[in-house]
Amino acid sequence: MADYKMHLLVCGGTGCKASESEQIKENLLAEVERNGLSGEVQVVMTGCFGFCEKGPIVKVLPDNTFYVQVKPEDAGRIVSEHALKGRPVEDLLYRDEHDLPISDSKHMEFYKKQVRIALRNCGFINPENIDEYIARDGYAALAKCLSEMTPEEVVKEIKLSGLRGRGGGGFPTGLKWEITARSVADQKYVVCNADEGDPGAFMDRSILEGDPHSVIEAMAICGYCTGSTKGLVYIRAEYPLAIQRLKTAIKQAREYGLLGQEIFGSSFSFDISLRYGAGAFVCGEETALIHSMEGLRGEPTFKPPFPSESGYLGKPTTVNNVETFASVPVIINKGASFFNNIGTEKSKGTKVFALAGKINNVGLIEVPMGTTLREVIFDIGGGIKGGKKFKAVQTGGPSGGCLTNSFLDTPIDYDNLISAGSMMGSGGMIVMDEDDCMVSIAKFYLEFTLDESCGKCTPCRIGNKRLFEILDKITKGLGTEEDLSRLRSLCKVIKDTSLCGLGQTSPNPVLSTLDNFYDEYLAHVKDHKCPAGQCKSLVRYNIDSEKCTGCTLCFRNCPVGAITGEKRSAHFIDNSICIKCGVCYDKCKFDAVSVS
Amino acid sequence: MPKIKLSQRTIETVRNICASFDNQEGELINVLHEAQHKLGYLPAEVQELVAKELNMPVAKVYGVVTFYSFFNMLPQGEFPISVCMGTACYVRGAEQILHELKRQLNIEVGQTTPDGKFSLNCLRCVGACGLAPVVMVGEKVYGRVSPQQVRKIIADYQEGLIKAEKHEM
Repeated sequence: MADYKMHLLVCGGTGCKASESEQIKENLLAEVERNGLSGEVQVVMTGCFGFCEKGPIVKVLPDNTFYVQVKPEDAGRIVSEHALKGRPVEDLLYRDEHDLPISDSKHMEFYKKQVRIALRNCGFINPENIDEYIARDGYAALAKCLSEMTPEEVVKEIKLSGLRGRGGGGFPTGLKWEITARSVADQKYVVCNADEGDPGAFMDRSILEGDPHSVIEAMAICGYCTGSTKGLVYIRAEYPLAIQRLKTAIKQAREYGLLGQEIFGSSFSFDISLRYGAGAFVCGEETALIHSMEGLRGEPTFKPPFPSESGYLGKPTTVNNVETFASVPVIINKGASFFNNIGTEKSKGTKVFALAGKINNVGLIEVPMGTTLREVIFDIGGGIKGGKKFKAVQTGGPSGGCLTNSFLDTPIDYDNLISAGSMMGSGGMIVMDEDDCMVSIAKFYLEFTLDESCGKCTPCRIGNKRLFEILDKITKGLGTEEDLSRLRSLCKVIKDTSLCGLGQTSPNPVLSTLDNFYDEYLAHVKDHKCPAGQCKSLVRYNIDSEKCTGCTLCFRNCPVGAITGEKRSAHFIDNSICIKCGVCYDKCKFDAVSVS
Repeated sequence: MPKIKLSQRTIETVRNICASFDNQEGELINVLHEAQHKLGYLPAEVQELVAKELNMPVAKVYGVVTFYSFFNMLPQGEFPISVCMGTACYVRGAEQILHELKRQLNIEVGQTTPDGKFSLNCLRCVGACGLAPVVMVGEKVYGRVSPQQVRKIIADYQEGLIKAEKHEM
């Protein structure tokens, strides 16, 4: 990055690409050329900046100006105003809650409390250019390991750092490596689990899209520690961009001699190939993932033996998640004490969370372990959309639970989340407001589990189906109080007797909503009412003829033509046609539509 | 399912794919990915051929194809529409979008319109949660979709404003 005076970084994450960021880059390039600045201004497509809510994002270096919601036609102004005349394009700047423009992203609430380790390069480098990774200490950790440290010393460093598996389980990474290192075999494997299946979690994808080399480097380090020469990345086929960038990165690393035979002139050889997932959530479980890599149905098997002893093709295999790997080079470069000084007693370092749902600042964030939910949701996340009331936050995906107001000040770490009835999971955080019905949410997750249960063990296959049926009954207003106790006991059986993590945790969304929102369940079964007005069988929309002005807004917006009425006279909803989509309720300016 | 006869070209394509993975049984999933990418879907006849080439039971191939949601045994529409049913999209109203798509296209999830133009599916999180709710048509991502917008998206494709990529079969 040496010769250029200015860099225009364009976000190339999936979200921003869907909003034409590719075109923005093209236009910027054309403008730079048109103004004769090709030698001075570089246009780079980077990985995700994290602030997806305000995408597409363009960042200008060295002054760190952060443009939000940029459109392709804004390219001209960015170049002619900012690059040529040196003054920022005011109306493209981010505006805080007082509507004041903030130019430097460091001063934005969204970034202030973040500490970026796994995401350190996302949004800073061109992921398709290995030189940019190297310029930011890339492959220095691998070089240090190979030239200055024995495999045992590296494992010791990782153990000392306190790094735990970021895919959800939280197993100590150093210990995992040590077990594989101790196993004796003619061939061992390093596997990167990039089968990110939690709905609402997209950190692995963003890391692979924004900084693929960090994962490659860490896998090689892991190979050095454990005595493996082959690495495999198991990645979702649904992530075409991540696959392409990873392929490019592997190719470049080979060309630089950072993968392949005798790396850095040492006796250590290591190479990486890809395996594709095919849309099965259970494959995130490591034994299932290994079967899938072998070309089989992705069904889990009983542990032990653990993959560290007998994994891919029966050989010792270390399976780690993308984010776990991405943290490794930093630990080696800066030392274990740098990492273990961040975080809580038993959870060290930082964690990436994908903030989504009814929150103002949807995006990807990285905070120190021990940050409270309140800081994440209200400071970084900017609070609830539309000024509504916070109701719950769901963490841990289909294996996690819903946490309420009373947990807002709990420091987030592995153990606190489990004792609160949820779990860390891969780091999806879905925020819900007063309009969300918690029974429906539990049902939604169960539906997911049902779809994704592999069917191998009975408690998960049949038990979850029964759970779903009971929840379905409740949302239709046909449930009884006995059903609630039945739910509880069935949950316990499924948790205790399922074969793998999927079944053992699938009742969590039900249990945590039963614990925290029992009143809501009671309202459904006793009064046959849905307090949030979401369960369609239990709600009816009506128009108050006193309040209705006959503006016809609801009539024009109703997607099924269920509303009738003349202009300037009261309208009516035909409930036999109404699909209860709620558009009329949202659109009405006179508060005339009511839900009952 | 009606029997179809594979063209010589398709047979060649499948054989070449298998050969490119050295006809290894362990490469089954990679073979299927490649075959679906080239052919659009994986009918029984293609599975039989793959089984023969990789020297494994058809039941095993079928077992794998049906296990993974990414593999289709029915031809997809010219424009496959997928509604993201991830949690973020769900809480931002993906269900209404799905309902509206079903109504407009007059098909259920997993079906294709009689003219072969559109097929409708659900998928789990494309990771564009910032744009929720999200609908994908082919590889194109539509963000912040409202039920009212659905009609327009369909119309754009129906009027041929956007072209499909062709598969060989």
